Amino acid sequence: MTAIPSGIGTPITGLYGVIAEFSDAQSLLDGATAAQEHGYTELDAFSPFPIHGLAEAVGLPKTRLSLIVLVMGILGGLGGFFMCWYANVIAYPLNIGGKPHNSWPAWIPVTFECAILLAALGTVFGMLALNGLPMPYHPVFNVKRFDQASRDKFFLVIQARDPKFDLYQVRDFLDTLNPREITDVPW
Amino acid sequence: MSERKLDFTKFRERVGDLRGKEYWKSLEDLSRSDAFDEFFQSEFPQQALALEKGVDRRSFVKLMGASVAMAGLTSCSRPSETIVPYVNQPENVIPGRPIFFATAMPLAGYARGVLVESHMFRPTKIEGNPDHPSSLGASDAFMQASILGLYDPDRSQVVRKKGEISTWSEFVAAMQPVMAAARSNGAGLRFLTQTVTSPTLGAQMQQLLAQFPGSRWHQWDAAGNHGAREGARLAFGSYVNPVYDFTKANIVVSLGSDFLDEGAGHLRYARDFSSRRRVRRGTTTMNRLYAIESTPSSTGSIADHRLPVKPSEMESIAQQILSGGGSAFVNAIVKDLGANRGAAVIIAGEEQSPRLHALAQAINQAYGNMGATVFVTDSPEPAPVNQLESLRELVRDMHAGVVQSLIVLGGNPLFDAPADFAIERAYNKVGFRAHLSPYYDETSMLSHWHIPETHYLETWGDGRGHDGTVTIMQPLIAPLYNGRSAHEMLGSMLGGLDTSAYAAVRAHWFERGATEEGWRQWLHDGFVAGSALPQRSAAAVAPTTDNRPPTTGIEIILRPDPTILDGRYANNGWLQELPKPQTKITWDNVVLVGPHTAEGFGYGGKERDALVNEKKTRMAVVSYRGKDLRLPVWVVPGHAEGVATISYGYGRTQGGRIANGAGFNTYPIRFSDALTGGGGAQIRLAAESLFPVACTQEHQSIDPKVVGERGIIRNGTFDEYLKNPEFAKHGPHGPLAEDDSMYPAYEYKNHAWAMSIDTSVCTGCNGCVMACQSENNISIVGKEEVVREREMHWLRIDRYYKGSPENPEVFHQPVPCMQCENAPCEPVCPVEATSHNEDGLNDMTYNRCVGTRYCSNNCPYKVRRFNFFHYADYDTPALKPMRNPDVTVRTRGVMEKCTYCVQRINHAKIEAEKENRKVRDGEVTTACQQACPTQAIVFGDKNDKNSLVAQLRAEPTNYALLEELNTKPRTTYLATIRNPNPDLLPAAKPAGEAH
Amino acid sequence: MAIKDQTPLHEVRPTTQELRMVPERYLPTPVVEPGHSFASITDHISTIVLRKKTPIGWLVGFTLALFAVGLLTVSMTMLIGKGVGIWGINHPVGWGMDIINFVWWIGIGHAGTLISAILLLLRQEWRTSINRFAEAMTLFAVASAGLYPALHTGRPWFDYWLFPYPNTMGLWPQFRSPLIWDVFAVSTYATVSLMFWYVGLIPDLATLRDRATNIWIKRAYGAFALGWRGSAKHWYRYEHAYLLLAGLSTPLVLSVHTIVSFDFAVAQLPGWHATFFPPYFVAGAVFAGFAMVLTLAIPARKFFRLEDFITMKHLENMGKILLATGMIVVYAYAMEWFYGLYSGNPFETYMLKNRATGPYWKMYIALWVCNGLAPQLMWFKRFRTSTFWLFVVAMFVNVGMWLERFVIIPASLHRDFLPSSWGMYHGTIWDWSFFIGSIGLFFCLLFLFVRILPMISIFEMRTLLPEAQAHTEEEGAH
Repeated sequence: MTAIPSGIGTPITGLYGVIAEFSDAQSLLDGATAAQEHGYTELDAFSPFPIHGLAEAVGLPKTRLSLIVLVMGILGGLGGFFMCWYANVIAYPLNIGGKPHNSWPAWIPVTFECAILLAALGTVFGMLALNGLPMPYHPVFNVKRFDQASRDKFFLVIQARDPKFDLYQVRDFLDTLNPREITDVPW
Repeated sequence: MSERKLDFTKFRERVGDLRGKEYWKSLEDLSRSDAFDEFFQSEFPQQALALEKGVDRRSFVKLMGASVAMAGLTSCSRPSETIVPYVNQPENVIPGRPIFFATAMPLAGYARGVLVESHMFRPTKIEGNPDHPSSLGASDAFMQASILGLYDPDRSQVVRKKGEISTWSEFVAAMQPVMAAARSNGAGLRFLTQTVTSPTLGAQMQQLLAQFPGSRWHQWDAAGNHGAREGARLAFGSYVNPVYDFTKANIVVSLGSDFLDEGAGHLRYARDFSSRRRVRRGTTTMNRLYAIESTPSSTGSIADHRLPVKPSEMESIAQQILSGGGSAFVNAIVKDLGANRGAAVIIAGEEQSPRLHALAQAINQAYGNMGATVFVTDSPEPAPVNQLESLRELVRDMHAGVVQSLIVLGGNPLFDAPADFAIERAYNKVGFRAHLSPYYDETSMLSHWHIPETHYLETWGDGRGHDGTVTIMQPLIAPLYNGRSAHEMLGSMLGGLDTSAYAAVRAHWFERGATEEGWRQWLHDGFVAGSALPQRSAAAVAPTTDNRPPTTGIEIILRPDPTILDGRYANNGWLQELPKPQTKITWDNVVLVGPHTAEGFGYGGKERDALVNEKKTRMAVVSYRGKDLRLPVWVVPGHAEGVATISYGYGRTQGGRIANGAGFNTYPIRFSDALTGGGGAQIRLAAESLFPVACTQEHQSIDPKVVGERGIIRNGTFDEYLKNPEFAKHGPHGPLAEDDSMYPAYEYKNHAWAMSIDTSVCTGCNGCVMACQSENNISIVGKEEVVREREMHWLRIDRYYKGSPENPEVFHQPVPCMQCENAPCEPVCPVEATSHNEDGLNDMTYNRCVGTRYCSNNCPYKVRRFNFFHYADYDTPALKPMRNPDVTVRTRGVMEKCTYCVQRINHAKIEAEKENRKVRDGEVTTACQQACPTQAIVFGDKNDKNSLVAQLRAEPTNYALLEELNTKPRTTYLATIRNPNPDLLPAAKPAGEAH
Repeated sequence: MAIKDQTPLHEVRPTTQELRMVPERYLPTPVVEPGHSFASITDHISTIVLRKKTPIGWLVGFTLALFAVGLLTVSMTMLIGKGVGIWGINHPVGWGMDIINFVWWIGIGHAGTLISAILLLLRQEWRTSINRFAEAMTLFAVASAGLYPALHTGRPWFDYWLFPYPNTMGLWPQFRSPLIWDVFAVSTYATVSLMFWYVGLIPDLATLRDRATNIWIKRAYGAFALGWRGSAKHWYRYEHAYLLLAGLSTPLVLSVHTIVSFDFAVAQLPGWHATFFPPYFVAGAVFAGFAMVLTLAIPARKFFRLEDFITMKHLENMGKILLATGMIVVYAYAMEWFYGLYSGNPFETYMLKNRATGPYWKMYIALWVCNGLAPQLMWFKRFRTSTFWLFVVAMFVNVGMWLERFVIIPASLHRDFLPSSWGMYHGTIWDWSFFIGSIGLFFCLLFLFVRILPMISIFEMRTLLPEAQAHTEEEGAH
């Protein structure tokens, strides 16, 4: 790998960060916690399955997903009820089997289904949007062994835009976590 | 170029005779004919050469086109004949507004006055003529269905010579030598007609017989009222015509008579009879009907007392009544007759023996009904004869080879003559055989000449009603298929300048003092006022008793089919699919037996129920006088035991697309010495083969208890009614509060259409069903589909039994759409295809329907009908002009149902709006209401407190079907009230009990 | 909600080594057989999908299914060409096998979401190895079900009138009709199930992307993996979303069959008009769904050698659920009699009499045998733990649930209020060809699924391993 000039805090062009590979979940979690205690902020960790506490360890704020879902659900419900009411009371009122135009109990099922539908759409697309997916390209894919991240290997990356980022210090720091391997991640 | 002058008319005839597919074939044979060559050369000399050297098809077609176009002028050759509308109309026809014309429908010779609805001069609907004494505005299934007969695409369309297409003029030409021959040696010329009441036709025949002294006039009507005719002679010494007045009859005794549903006067009789049977507030009297019969009939079904007997016992029972003593049943009758001298009617059935008729008249005589309720007139027939003997003589002469030429005017003798006459062999011995008939049928096949006969709506004519009243028949439309009427046939033989029917009829009546304005009046009214035959005094003499040996085995009754008669209506799809009044069977004739008789030959119990439930039955072999006949066997509750009823008219082979193959030909067991059947028959089940029966109601599978606990039929006796008029109010759940709904009821401020049906007077005659079919363009679906329970009738007549299967009480209940105010069908429709209009009608929007069938599933009355396939015939051109232009022809995948004839309602509303008033009561009549002979159906606006329907709904006997579902039906029923003789009641039964 | 709620992560389980020291018989039936690592799980399941050679058994099965689909297309052509008259329906009986099969399929389609959602919320970790499979089954069952409402109408080309859209006719759907409720319920259910299923697939698609060797296959999986990298932040929101979906699907799955039951309960027909239909139908759906899962899982497990992942514990639990829901269904049958007799309503009473003694009594008896008696075997462990008997019982239930719908629909319609309009119903050859065809469609899709997608959720299986445990100091110290 070409030597990269040093300098604390100065972002290094062409470098995304430095990544360390671990072979078990525990050491990844410990590593991430250590890195955060060490003062690194721009962290990310990769694992083949969700690990409890890892998100906090890499410093992720609480998600707003639930709020999105709630709002969408309410919109769906109101919309569904309005649709029934508008269609059968305002747009084309008919005498249907002697029932009143505004026979609202008959409209609850549609209301309910619409609420669920929009809430569910909100959940899925909200999650994808917050996760920035779809994202066809990402620097970590450049790491040769990264395809093991979806099998049985665990990775911790410290990004180059981290204000405390210094290539050598970072390498040394990661080395203290005795990972399986350390690699620079180019853009 | 030929010197001979071109016979232009002849050519016109030739081309004019052709229709549709015939064109190509005929053009080719035209182009071969001299007539064409001559015509062609004289018309297009410069082209003639070309044709001789042969031209290419294209230019040939062009030339032909031109010549055919000229041939189209044929129609102009008819003299202008003025017909007169029933009601005065503006000079110019208003499109969309029908005009009504009065004419008469001849059936078995007798005329029934009708009004014909004509849209832009297309007849589309038949109604009864309210002023005509034989109709009084009512109509039966045959009248209603005759409109389909007019447009039937299978009607014969061309003159045929030995089956080859020919022309009228060639026939006229061919007649000349025949006439000449007949003139020389007189004998050898014979005419065969059906029953004739037409004065004109009678006169024409007399003329002919005068011109050809040796010739003879024979008459044969397979389903004719032979018994009644001979019976009258037996009783009164000459061919007279008994006429009955049921309005004065407190007691009616029917000796095997279905006077409410058959015979020339049945519409009138039904009306008169029902006038004494309607129970309303303040009614204090009610007539009483005893029916003594073998086969369940409409009359028997509404009788207060019904006695099933063998045909062979009929006369002895009449004898007992006459001699005044016998069984309890007879004694009760005798007692009633005695108490109502001069106010009773004893009437024998048309099919019954002459002796029975004579006995009936003797009883009338004995109880002073003669001249009070029973009147005698001269026969409406110009030349009444014993038709059986008349035919027998003709056939004998044919066998003997005496008959050189035979002119058959209508009828189908080779199909319906008695089996022992071997008429086919005889017929083929005749040298010259001409047959006038609406279809190219079994007889036409073997005739040298076949002439297509006009439908009664296509021709001038006249005829007499049951009481002799004359109607001048006027054509509603020029003959669709170049048919000829009997008048024209005879006219052409008589010679003379104008041989048209118009000329014949006018001449006949003007010779007898008709005036121009009188003539117009007759046409306008639809009958000749005061032309009813005068009553004559006559005394009935009882016939001598004959002791015929008691019959063995099963007695066979042979009678015309209830819906297609002797086979003449076999090609009428509406009548074929019309459920037979008592059995609800369509498309077939079966052998009807009583339950015990059936068990007698091993058909009954669970097996029968299971089969009937699947619309199947066993085939049976009827062995009768050495002949074996395979027929499906069908059990009818109340059918006399030891008796089997077999109807004839089915099994046509040359009847047309619909007739052919339907049912079984039973004429082979109809013998001249026993036209109405006889004893000594055996019935056994055929080994194999189940037979699918297109029955629209299975009765065996229905547990009467079910009907009772559901309060579907509510009935009581007249006495019970007088004690507790409200007896019918209590359904299974008692009376309902006016509004049990959690929602506020809709208010119908303007109109609120409603219908009331009086089940006391419904005879189940099917007039309403057929009227509905005609008015609303209802499709037929064919036997297979009926078997799959997909018949389309909007209005059905439900039939329920109560009591023992040997002799149950029968109830008829016409079921149209109930037009529920809380219609269960509507809220379940996802696309708003059915909804209420401002008058509270439950409307269908056909073009919005996607066909989920949910509405039908949710309809408690199952009155909705679904087009599972594309039932409506969009293709046959002949049927298009028949349809009611005010009613959509439904397409596949669409639900349909009774609309209370909304098109008529809207028409009336528009009229009312124009005159800026409300619709008057009685201004709207639904098709079913208009047809009903007993006026059981009443329609109107229930918001109008004075309307008849509002009053009927206020009657104590008024009840709604399945009212506990709170559907709030607009159609309600009046409970069935009967007037049994207390002497014959086993024990008083609790009021309102219904089974 | 915190990730803590999420099931399997922090329950202390013996490590594989420890398990090996304990004698077999003392062990609870595990949800994953011992001796597996992240890698072995990953490779075993992904190889089924990624291997070059297609197993011959698969080819045979798929071809058979394709033939059935061919039959379906023929039937559909006939139907649209000639009309619904080719079916056995008639005037008393407006709905026949079309709606029977619709309800049958929809019922089956309930197990998937139920397993994924409800068992997830109930922390039933054993669900993990069968939920993917069950969800797929749900989707395909709903697809087969969807055929019927779409094609049973008289004029299917106007079905779009059931959807609310502004049009020149100025007309909207009639929202009082249960059929409209169906439209919304079924389409919502289909959409949500699809999303649920797909979201669950994303991490595994990433795994396949990384395992695939052929570049095109790699790209195909890559495209659907949406660039998933297993980042901690992804996982965090992902689990949130998954939990929320589960929360939404649970009321949804209950509502769907409730609304389907409204098709009948809202009508006033004796045998339909019953207030207890919704719970009765939902229980029936779970019943039918689990029966179908067993029917499919037992052979699949054998064929793809998944005994390690779909263990006897799974099958046994499903057997227990069969028993429980079966009892609920039987209770409903009993209640029908109670209502009918206690109400004194002649229509209800006759309806029941007709079920038991009428023309269709054989169906009714068979129904009791299949749904009432057969599941009783599940009381006994030796039947619950025998794949053979489980399969037999499951088949009985599949048939029984079809019979139940037959008894409810045609057997109620054919004799309703007015005896004059009573009739009989018999399915025609086209009714059956449609049914077989829809089964073919179902299996066709199922075969494709097991060939190109992991039929067991790989990443969730990983979490079941002891090695998946990781603790931050504070909570680790207990």
